[in-house]
Amino acid sequence: MIFEWIVSILLLGGGIFILIGSIGLNKMPDFFMRLHGPTKATTLGMAGILIAAMIYFSVTTDTISVKEILISIFLLITAPITGYMLIKAAIHHKLDAKKGTKGLGKIEED
Amino acid sequence: MRLEAKVSWLPTPFRSLLLFVVWLLLNNSASVGHLILATILAIFIPLLTFRFREPQPLILKPGLALKHFLLVLYDIVIANVQVSILILGSTKKLRPAFVKVPLDLSHEMPITILASTVSLTPGTVSAEIYPISESINNDVHEPQKYLLIHVLDLEDEEALIKMIKQRYEAPLKEIFQC
Repeated sequence: MIFEWIVSILLLGGGIFILIGSIGLNKMPDFFMRLHGPTKATTLGMAGILIAAMIYFSVTTDTISVKEILISIFLLITAPITGYMLIKAAIHHKLDAKKGTKGLGKIEED
Repeated sequence: MRLEAKVSWLPTPFRSLLLFVVWLLLNNSASVGHLILATILAIFIPLLTFRFREPQPLILKPGLALKHFLLVLYDIVIANVQVSILILGSTKKLRPAFVKVPLDLSHEMPITILASTVSLTPGTVSAEIYPISESINNDVHEPQKYLLIHVLDLEDEEALIKMIKQRYEAPLKEIFQC
């Protein structure tokens, strides 16, 4: 079954990207750099898993399943906003950035 | 730039279209009943709610907006791969930095879209918009706005600012004509 192969590859690929995002969250030295993994790597990971879900349910249930598109739209809208709220809170609490971070003087007092 | 729609009973045409599509997707069906209900919702929800919002510039170039959306989707895929490589590589080699990007846009909606695209695309997360809106006096003169972004691995500040302005800001200016 070729569609099972496609679904499996998409699921695995998505899983790998989400795993990499989580590794980034764990491995990075400071808060600001930690944010990069979850805001990006996860988007593609979720996209892979959602496309896999779309294909799987479209083939097995004889109806075209498209509501996964909605989930991806909501993810695309909410991921940057979550990132923005987190980084704004971090700046407000004056969290330490990694030594050698350039342009720290560009952060204005609020 | 235009804030008001041409047709008075359809104040925000693209929001209506979005509501229509979202309703059909939520129900996962395109039967006649749902089509009618979606049309009713798509017309009445914007009519009831648009007075609560501050008027924002409307999309005037839908074709270009679609093209820009596809470009951003493509960039998101590239960004994911790039960030994954950066994450798996040595963290000591990374050169994190804060960069201030001067903005030509002045309305909230286009700036929000720009900030979100910056967050989703290669190695950058938008952090703050200066000047912070509460601290702006109601002067006639509008201050220059800046977008503060955090970069994971900065190579060339000038090139990055130029890239963001050309690749993401210029199309938005076209789409909203402001």
